[in-house]
Amino acid sequence: MTETRSLPTRYVTHPGELKTSSGRSLRTDEMIINMGPQHPSTHGVLRLEVVLDGEIVVDVIPHIGYLHRCFEKHAEHMTNYQQVIPYCDRMDYLSSMNNDWAYALAVERMLKIEVPPRVETIRVIMAELQRIASHLIAVGTYGIDMGAFTPFLWAFRDRERILDLFEMTCGARLLYNYIWIGGLSHDLPPGFVEKAKAFCTYFKPNMKELNDLLSYNEIFVKRTAHVGVLPADVAINYGVSGPTLRASGVNWDLRRDDPYGIYDKFEWEVQVGKGERGTTGDCWDRYIVKIREMEQSVRIIEQALAALPEGNVQAAIPKRIRPDSAEIYVRTETARGELGFYVVSDGTASPYRLKARAPAFVNLSVLPKISRGCLLGDLVAIVGSIDIVLGEVDR
Amino acid sequence: MYELLQNLLGDSLLVYVIGAALPLLFVLPFAVVAVLLEMKVSAHMQDRVAYMYTGWHGVLQPVADILKLLQKEDTIPAAADKFLFRVAPFLVFMGGYAGFAALPFSSAYIGTNIDLGVFYLLAISSLSVIGLMMAGWASNNKWSLFGSMRSVGQIISYEIPAALSILVAVMIAGSLNLQEVSKFQDGGLQNWIVFGGPLPLLQKILLFPFTLTAFFILFIAGIAEVNRTPFDLPEAESELVQGYNTEYSGMKFAIFYLAEFANMFLVSGIVVSLYLGGWTSPLGDVMSGPIWGFFWFVAKGMFFVFLQVWIRWTLPRLRVDQLMYTSWKVLTPFLFLCIFAVGLILVL
Repeated sequence: MTETRSLPTRYVTHPGELKTSSGRSLRTDEMIINMGPQHPSTHGVLRLEVVLDGEIVVDVIPHIGYLHRCFEKHAEHMTNYQQVIPYCDRMDYLSSMNNDWAYALAVERMLKIEVPPRVETIRVIMAELQRIASHLIAVGTYGIDMGAFTPFLWAFRDRERILDLFEMTCGARLLYNYIWIGGLSHDLPPGFVEKAKAFCTYFKPNMKELNDLLSYNEIFVKRTAHVGVLPADVAINYGVSGPTLRASGVNWDLRRDDPYGIYDKFEWEVQVGKGERGTTGDCWDRYIVKIREMEQSVRIIEQALAALPEGNVQAAIPKRIRPDSAEIYVRTETARGELGFYVVSDGTASPYRLKARAPAFVNLSVLPKISRGCLLGDLVAIVGSIDIVLGEVDR
Repeated sequence: MYELLQNLLGDSLLVYVIGAALPLLFVLPFAVVAVLLEMKVSAHMQDRVAYMYTGWHGVLQPVADILKLLQKEDTIPAAADKFLFRVAPFLVFMGGYAGFAALPFSSAYIGTNIDLGVFYLLAISSLSVIGLMMAGWASNNKWSLFGSMRSVGQIISYEIPAALSILVAVMIAGSLNLQEVSKFQDGGLQNWIVFGGPLPLLQKILLFPFTLTAFFILFIAGIAEVNRTPFDLPEAESELVQGYNTEYSGMKFAIFYLAEFANMFLVSGIVVSLYLGGWTSPLGDVMSGPIWGFFWFVAKGMFFVFLQVWIRWTLPRLRVDQLMYTSWKVLTPFLFLCIFAVGLILVL
């Protein structure tokens, strides 16, 4: 519809322009309001200090740290490298598998360990299942942010199937401790492959249902198109990564551009935002990229399940892991973007320093830049669309 | 109704008290049923089962909820304006409840058969705006204030299309008395104003597109006036926490809830009596009469309540500027066209 295009995406307030006949300014005070840490749509314990002029957002200042758990310091004080993995689980608790993989990969590259092919394939399956589960939450809660409650429960219904798969594999539903250095904690249980295949066939029609209900809903499109536009150059300057970066039209996916695992063996496409319903890099693009990535993940899982090799699930690793004095930075693509681990070893059994580059933390930094001048309702849309997990922002 | 009571009890204060309390006999059970309906319908839309343990399939859960709310501690924020904070929920409920006085439930029952029924309804339902404003202001909470400011803007804006679309029906029926409007549509489905009313066929065919438009707009404006999705901005959970009733708990919160459900039926009742024949039977003389009339009115009303629930659990929420846009730039111009066309056709 035409009015969608003519709708202003930025509102400008005019300080001191309206005056009474006696010359007194009609401008009223701005209101400072605390959105969070207890607020339904900050996706955790994020506090946004919002300066409002009526409904118009003049400025946003994110305050973080409410969920800080000293992850990096904990990692330095473990008795060995393996003990860090459960802490990685708890960083981005919605994509624990991806976190574990990133850390395990960093240590493996330090030790120059090759993992067996079966492990590589299972890791891909798990990481992509986790990506779907994580994106389902992102998409579902985004529906709630927009006032649509039903998609949220539909998303949770499907995520439940994935969690069941994880549970039968490693016993845990949220924090898995499954991907270990040099391998996995368990092999796949009998019947997993069939169940995972059944999930893929079950999931595909549900995606269409979700699209009909939410993605192409006229009200939803009107709420999200042209809102919170993140131009590609700004995104790159701020170090934004993951679906948020791709939605701005930047074709960048570490699974393809800095290969790890065996992603190069499968056929899949990197999804970028094209501004179909609005401007490239708006909230709708960030949303739809996640939807399309889920479809691609299903493709990858199906191929990986078909090509699952037999073999061992634990490479031969030294009994005590003591990397030589070295440092390494390994980055992987989690559901939220580039998760990097910078590990410094001094030759002892635990890392001398471990720094996690958390994608949600970096992505959040762009929030004030893109939400100045929008309406309060748009601010909710923008926070939801950049898909932050506070466990990872604060670590 | 008052004549009957006056004959029985004489001209005493008791008559008025009973007369005023009578709609409660409908509103309270309705609220219980509507809560259950809302929960069960939403649950089935979302692949859930909703409450299952309190009574058969959880049918007693709304009663249990009310009992729980009655027992809850009634907290008032320390910095609140205590008097206004206490009064506000009752004023909001009153706005909705007073509307039931002019709603024709059947040919034999209408609270007060006043000639300006429609006008009275429009006027009295605006009263709840003051209550919402009071609730938001007295809570001394920025989110509440936001919610109440939004609701005032929204309700006042949507009263224009609501009033104009009511006018279309009134023009055809030629009366502001809802009982008269309902009687006017007696004689079956084809006489409902949404299908052009009991007029000559040519006029009906010409009127139909305009009455249908006005009917839809009245329903849309009605949803906006009761603050339900997609127009639930005043209590937009994801934006304003809970809007004007953020600080309310216990029985006062329950009263807000009750007011919302009472308003849901009121809006449905207005739509039904103006456009869908009110208490008249869709089958003409079959199943007509005062008792069946009550049945038809409630059945039609409940259908629209169900429709509101259905819409609520399907659609996302509009943004505040889009809300105003819809009211002023879409609905109102369409209604001006409708009024002009209907007037022209009626004169012909």
